[in-house]
Amino acid sequence: MTGSRGVGSGTRRRGRWLARLLALHGVLGYLFLYAPIVVLVIYSFNASRYASGAWRGFTLDWYARLFTNEAIGAALRNTLIVAGVSTLVSTVFGTMVALAMERYDFRGKLAFDALLYLPIIIPDIAMAVMLLLFFVLARVQLGLTTIIISHVAFNISFVAVVVRARLAYFDITLEEAAQDLYANEWQTFRRVTLPLIMPGILGGALLAFTLSIDDFVITFFTAGPGSTTLPLRIYSMVKLGVTPEVNALSSMMLLASIGLVLLSLLLQKGGGGGIEIA
Amino acid sequence: MAEYAIELRNVSKHFGPVVAVDHVTLSIRDGEFFSLLGPSGCGKTTTLRLIAGFELPTGGEIYIGGQLQGETPPYRRPVNTVFQNYALFPHMTVYENVAFGLEMRRVPKDEIQRRVREALEMVRLPGMENRRPNQLSGGQQQRVALARALVNRPKVLLLDEPLGALDLKLRKAMQLELKALQERVGITFVYVTHDQEEALTMSDRIAVMNEGRVLQVGTPEEIYERPTCRFVADFIGETNFLSGRVKERRPKEVVVLVDGSVEVLVAADREVGVGDEVTIAIRPERISLHAKPPDPRALPGRVEERIYVGTDIRYLVRLTEQTVLSVRQQNPGTDAMIRFSPGDTVYLHWRLPSARLLTE
Ligand SMILES: Nc1ncnc2c1ncn2[C@@H]1O[C@H](COP(=O)(O)OP(=O)(O)OP(=O)(O)O)[C@@H](O)[C@H]1O
Ligand SMILES: [Mg+2]
Repeated sequence: MTGSRGVGSGTRRRGRWLARLLALHGVLGYLFLYAPIVVLVIYSFNASRYASGAWRGFTLDWYARLFTNEAIGAALRNTLIVAGVSTLVSTVFGTMVALAMERYDFRGKLAFDALLYLPIIIPDIAMAVMLLLFFVLARVQLGLTTIIISHVAFNISFVAVVVRARLAYFDITLEEAAQDLYANEWQTFRRVTLPLIMPGILGGALLAFTLSIDDFVITFFTAGPGSTTLPLRIYSMVKLGVTPEVNALSSMMLLASIGLVLLSLLLQKGGGGGIEIA
Repeated sequence: MAEYAIELRNVSKHFGPVVAVDHVTLSIRDGEFFSLLGPSGCGKTTTLRLIAGFELPTGGEIYIGGQLQGETPPYRRPVNTVFQNYALFPHMTVYENVAFGLEMRRVPKDEIQRRVREALEMVRLPGMENRRPNQLSGGQQQRVALARALVNRPKVLLLDEPLGALDLKLRKAMQLELKALQERVGITFVYVTHDQEEALTMSDRIAVMNEGRVLQVGTPEEIYERPTCRFVADFIGETNFLSGRVKERRPKEVVVLVDGSVEVLVAADREVGVGDEVTIAIRPERISLHAKPPDPRALPGRVEERIYVGTDIRYLVRLTEQTVLSVRQQNPGTDAMIRFSPGDTVYLHWRLPSARLLTE
């Protein structure tokens, strides 16, 4: 009796140490990942004129300056246009692709499947060069349109993957039940399929929007004069030296991205109120 | 004229090399409670899906209310389905689920309201309109699925093992309720089940299926009392089989030599010739055991085992080298019972019509 109890508590003690070690490990990992971000955010409130200078007190000046800077305003507008349009287009097409892949069997489906994942797997730089080459060969004037096309090209894959994950759980008899109750194909889609996969679609859209806002490499290669987006703007600002303004702008983008990703995760978990799958 | 609610003429369905439904011909009458009964994989669900229009036949014709269906999509067929897993729309309330079919057919709002309320009352589920399917028990979901189909007043209701997911007690209760409901609304039910007892208690007629084919169609009594083939006799209830060869034909009877040693007399209700290989089927509860031969036809045997089953006493009696018969005697109370023990010689007796002559 006593012996067994002793062994039990021993294991428990060892377990506790292991848990602490693991926790420390986790903390270190997060520190490594997020310390630079924390530093960036803190310095965006530093009153010093030098981005990496000593702490000179708290200020919101850099943020205020952002909103009066016209070049940044234009870049923000471009970013939102690119993200908005490319999200819209890629969400519609990505959803259609996901439905086709999940519901229909056709010749060469496997090859098509592999092709669909390609933009997710291949390095941005390779894709950027490919797209640039394509636009040059097709003699398309580089500008907002080419950026949008490029963003659609990679976002479709992400949307399709997210929507497909949702569709995999979809009970096909629900569609049969709708058709049994006199709903034609379109009514079935609108009243049953769409509401049930909506969390996946919204999740995919938010992911696409986030990726579009954040993208640098592909945008850099496919942008033309007058189509500078925020990441490109920041890059050109940094080339002249890291200013507190850059810190502030980066912090804002960080905040927006984190918000969007969280929202996207929340929607994919199906927590979004009424639209949930039993 | 639509004499039948549903007619299948030579309907087949192939899935690649698999023949799920094989030249099935069925005529289901208006207002009938018709069951498709058979073991797993025999093609019951596929037959139902062919009628509903979820699958198109590889061959043959399907008529609903006298109308040839051809490639008519499910949403244009005057039938509704109760799915095995209920398939309730999880993003809609009970009310919205039940109202769905009426909305699709553009029924006016106030009529929808009235009919949904009526349907929910009919399945004894009032006051649940605003719940979601995942807030209901299995039995309640089953009722919603039923209401969702019945509210449309279809000519025919197709039910695929609708009670399969319920526990035994609830299932028994729902069997009676469903049967009563069907008689009240007068809608033709096509009911799929693999539970022979369920089919026997609920149906007006049963089609017994195996390997995609319909083997026999008849009332529960016909199916139980007069099975036409060995599979049906075996699948429905318990049956003893005696195999032998026809020795002699008389005007009304046939003498069969069982296992080359015992002569058994059966009614000649089908054409057989002398020398034909035949099987005799006899239900365990139709055989009586006696200490002395009650009749010259009685056959001697030896008790091998006695099993107490509660309502019955079951004996295993050896008739020949190859054949052991199962015999059930009702248990009238321990003291009143004439009991036999293993090793006893007994005489087996049954009324002539109880033994059925089967050809394989
Ligand atoms: N979509 C399909 N593709 C290929 N084979 C199928 C398909 N649907 C059914 N089958 C096959 O057809 C046969 C009949 O299937 P069906 O579902 O009709 O059987 P069932 O009588 O309903 O059985 P259970 O009692 O198990 O539900 C089975 O062998 C099954 O594997
Ligand atoms: Mg089935």
